[in-house]
Amino acid sequence: MFFAVLSGFIVACIVPLIFKLNRKVAGALLSILPLSLFIYYLQFIPNVLAGEKILTTFYWIPFLKINLNFLIDGLNLTFALIISGIGFVVYLYASAYLEKSEKIVPFYIYISIFMASMLGVVTCDNTLALFVFWELTSISSFLLIGFNHEQERSRYAALQSLLVTAGGGLALLAGVIMLGQITGTYEISQMSAFHSTIVSNVLYPSILVLFLIGTFTKSAQFPFHFWLPNAMEAPTPVSAYLHSATMVKAGVFLMIKFLPILGGTDLWMWLLGGFGGWTMLMASTMALKQTDLKRLLAYSTVSVLGTLTMLIGLGGEKAISAMIIYLFAHSLYKGALFLTAGIIDHETGTRDIRNISGLRKYLPVTTVIGVLAALSGMGIIPFIGFIGKEMLYEATLLSGEYSTLFITITVISAINIFAVMAYSGILPFFGEYKSPAEHVSEAPFQMTSGPIALALLGLVFGLFAGSTVDGLTNKALQSIFPSASHHLALFHGFNLPLLLSALTIAVGLLFVFKRNSLVEFIEKIRIPEFFFPSKWYDYAFNGTLSFAEIQTKFLQNGHLRYYIFTILALFILLVGGSFFGFNTSESILNAFAISIERSLAGIDIYDISMLITVLIASVFALISQGRLSAIASMGIVGALISLIYIIYGAPDLAMTQLSIETLSVILFVLVLYKLPRFFTYSKLKTRIRDLVIALAFGSIFTIIIIFVSAYGKFDSGLSEYFAQTSYLIGHGKNIVNVILVDFRGFDTMGEITVLAIAAVGVYSLLRLRKQGGEQ
Amino acid sequence: MRSIILRTMTMYLLPLLLIFSVFLLFRGHNHPGGGFVGGLVASAAYSLYLLGFGIDKVRSIFRIQPIKVLAFGLFLAASSTVFPIFFGKPLMTGVWYEHKLPIVGSLGTPTVFDTGVYFTVLGVTLNIIFTLFEDKE
Repeated sequence: MFFAVLSGFIVACIVPLIFKLNRKVAGALLSILPLSLFIYYLQFIPNVLAGEKILTTFYWIPFLKINLNFLIDGLNLTFALIISGIGFVVYLYASAYLEKSEKIVPFYIYISIFMASMLGVVTCDNTLALFVFWELTSISSFLLIGFNHEQERSRYAALQSLLVTAGGGLALLAGVIMLGQITGTYEISQMSAFHSTIVSNVLYPSILVLFLIGTFTKSAQFPFHFWLPNAMEAPTPVSAYLHSATMVKAGVFLMIKFLPILGGTDLWMWLLGGFGGWTMLMASTMALKQTDLKRLLAYSTVSVLGTLTMLIGLGGEKAISAMIIYLFAHSLYKGALFLTAGIIDHETGTRDIRNISGLRKYLPVTTVIGVLAALSGMGIIPFIGFIGKEMLYEATLLSGEYSTLFITITVISAINIFAVMAYSGILPFFGEYKSPAEHVSEAPFQMTSGPIALALLGLVFGLFAGSTVDGLTNKALQSIFPSASHHLALFHGFNLPLLLSALTIAVGLLFVFKRNSLVEFIEKIRIPEFFFPSKWYDYAFNGTLSFAEIQTKFLQNGHLRYYIFTILALFILLVGGSFFGFNTSESILNAFAISIERSLAGIDIYDISMLITVLIASVFALISQGRLSAIASMGIVGALISLIYIIYGAPDLAMTQLSIETLSVILFVLVLYKLPRFFTYSKLKTRIRDLVIALAFGSIFTIIIIFVSAYGKFDSGLSEYFAQTSYLIGHGKNIVNVILVDFRGFDTMGEITVLAIAAVGVYSLLRLRKQGGEQ
Repeated sequence: MRSIILRTMTMYLLPLLLIFSVFLLFRGHNHPGGGFVGGLVASAAYSLYLLGFGIDKVRSIFRIQPIKVLAFGLFLAASSTVFPIFFGKPLMTGVWYEHKLPIVGSLGTPTVFDTGVYFTVLGVTLNIIFTLFEDKE
């Protein structure tokens, strides 16, 4: 299972290569990846239906309990199938949609990374590893939303989504770590055993809130919903895949997963039910007035996510079973509708529903897709969307004390969604022909085949629900409530949900035919801008920027000498200040005596001559009039220091020091040409100030060294351990090197990464200056 | 700056220094040396050549962009740390090939890691030096 997740990352690495080999078939070739993953996950169905749970373990950092444990149960498998299945459709679709775009290569790289991370999110059992995948989906989403990065709006939307979702991810991490501290485990499958311990803990409310910030940001719940409509700047296949079918459902997924761990309390019910219900109602109403096809769909997605969140909040077997079916149906029809919108955009050049109608003559296949998908979304019999809606009504009616409130907002939202589905999937194709493009022709096979499959599946799964999706969704339900089960059927007899469905359709039809007056009515509702969460985002964002600007002007004024000044002054204050804590003068003198005594015992002619040379060279560096001579004398200091290393038995250090010295002299010489001559000498006042700081810094260091050499006890435990195990475990006789590349390899990894970032920084700074020609 | 002596010397010094840098890299495991210092020596070799012959000539013998060398090194080091996971061991555990190889000595993920460090250091240094030099001209 780990390899299934990993395959996406590996393919992402070789995408450019595939496109270099054959550009024409590359897209189709890459579609094999999601297809084979889909088949791979399909083969688990018999095992899962038999009630098995398949767990595989790979050690990552076992010491910190971070392991790559992958679990396949009913729920995880359902999600993995949705991700890989719709992934296949989207891969194929994009090969035609982006055929002419130069950025098709990065597109496939990002989307492969996304798919891999998303599969990681839904199959990983270790919460810390899950967090890593979770943030990876945010990052790949950021890259995909900013796909058209030459446009200001794309960049704004991309950054917004990253800050909101990745920021939420950090809250999730905090919550997960607190959970781990309480339960002693990071495995989701083991945490539910601690349910009563967790909910009775004092930290429970804060854990829940942190956890929900993570999931709400990802699943675009109020007040974090605003990033999702803006994310529509991404190419349509991305919107279909990430921002409706899969990524935004990650939050919902995690909430179901954690229902047995954190759920079952009043707080859970009110937070999820309240925010979910409000998001559902608000987003579906805002969707009505949208004119852009994709924004229509985006708001309706937010609304559906709200419905799902509300259902999880209500809890109970009925609600969860309704949620699973509703989510499944939504992934199918919303994916298809987004792809339909993409075809319309691709063929007519517009997504504004006011400018298009009657396209059925020229886009016959797309019409079928749009209508089928929209009917499922509207909840018309016999589509799976109908079953989902019936179950939703039934579960809401059973929600207890406040069921009247919940059923009212649910029905209103369903009516709104009914109208929105018609606006986006049906109206563009009927009526009088209208289109800004002169010539409209049907999209190629790659673009229509996937969506039509999704749309038809919505019908098939509806008609034959009992024999198709019933089994797997039952198992998904049972991974939350082990003893629960449901039986899907199209017709449940004449009951209240059916009546409400009829009501929904009747009022919905009215909304469809009276769109103009409806929009007029909604436009009249004026809410002050201050109440929009998106404004809060802007305030916070701009506020942070201006604060950063002020403190940068103060601390980083562009003069290296002031940076050094600040650093040294702070060091003197903090370290020097700490000396006042104990009986200083006496102990310093004492330490001085001890260390002089010790040094004199072992001193010889080499030490003295080197010492004198270093002193002469550094003094010369200070008083020399030219830069070149100053650099050369600094080089001498460096070379002598490496000589000291050699004498005291640290050849590795000496070699590195010597090479660094050589290179820095070369670098200095290169930069030297760029610098102006010494025109202005510093004033006496600044010189005295610098002298004071330099002397203070030097003496503090001397004192520290004297203290260490006089009183410091050298703990030889580590070095003995390294000396003993270096050859046995590390297979090397050079302890220094074995420490660097093996025992402390993680540090080295960090160091070379920092080096690389610094090099890229230097590169881009110098390049920028070259192009800009300023300063 | 284009001194005849420097040019003649670097002609011979460049290959020698490069061989020396690889020698240092593989020697590092049992004796003083290693990827870091090896990378530094290699970049010093190219820098010397640069001083003697100028940027265009160096570009013609070092055709890959240094930033790609850097990326390769980082990738090599990072992937060597992931490798042990496939053997059911935690991240960054050393996995060793049983037999000794000529030149390289004993081969294991730390050796690959060190090679990654070598290329990263080479890439970083040359990237900075090349950019500075181009900026100058």
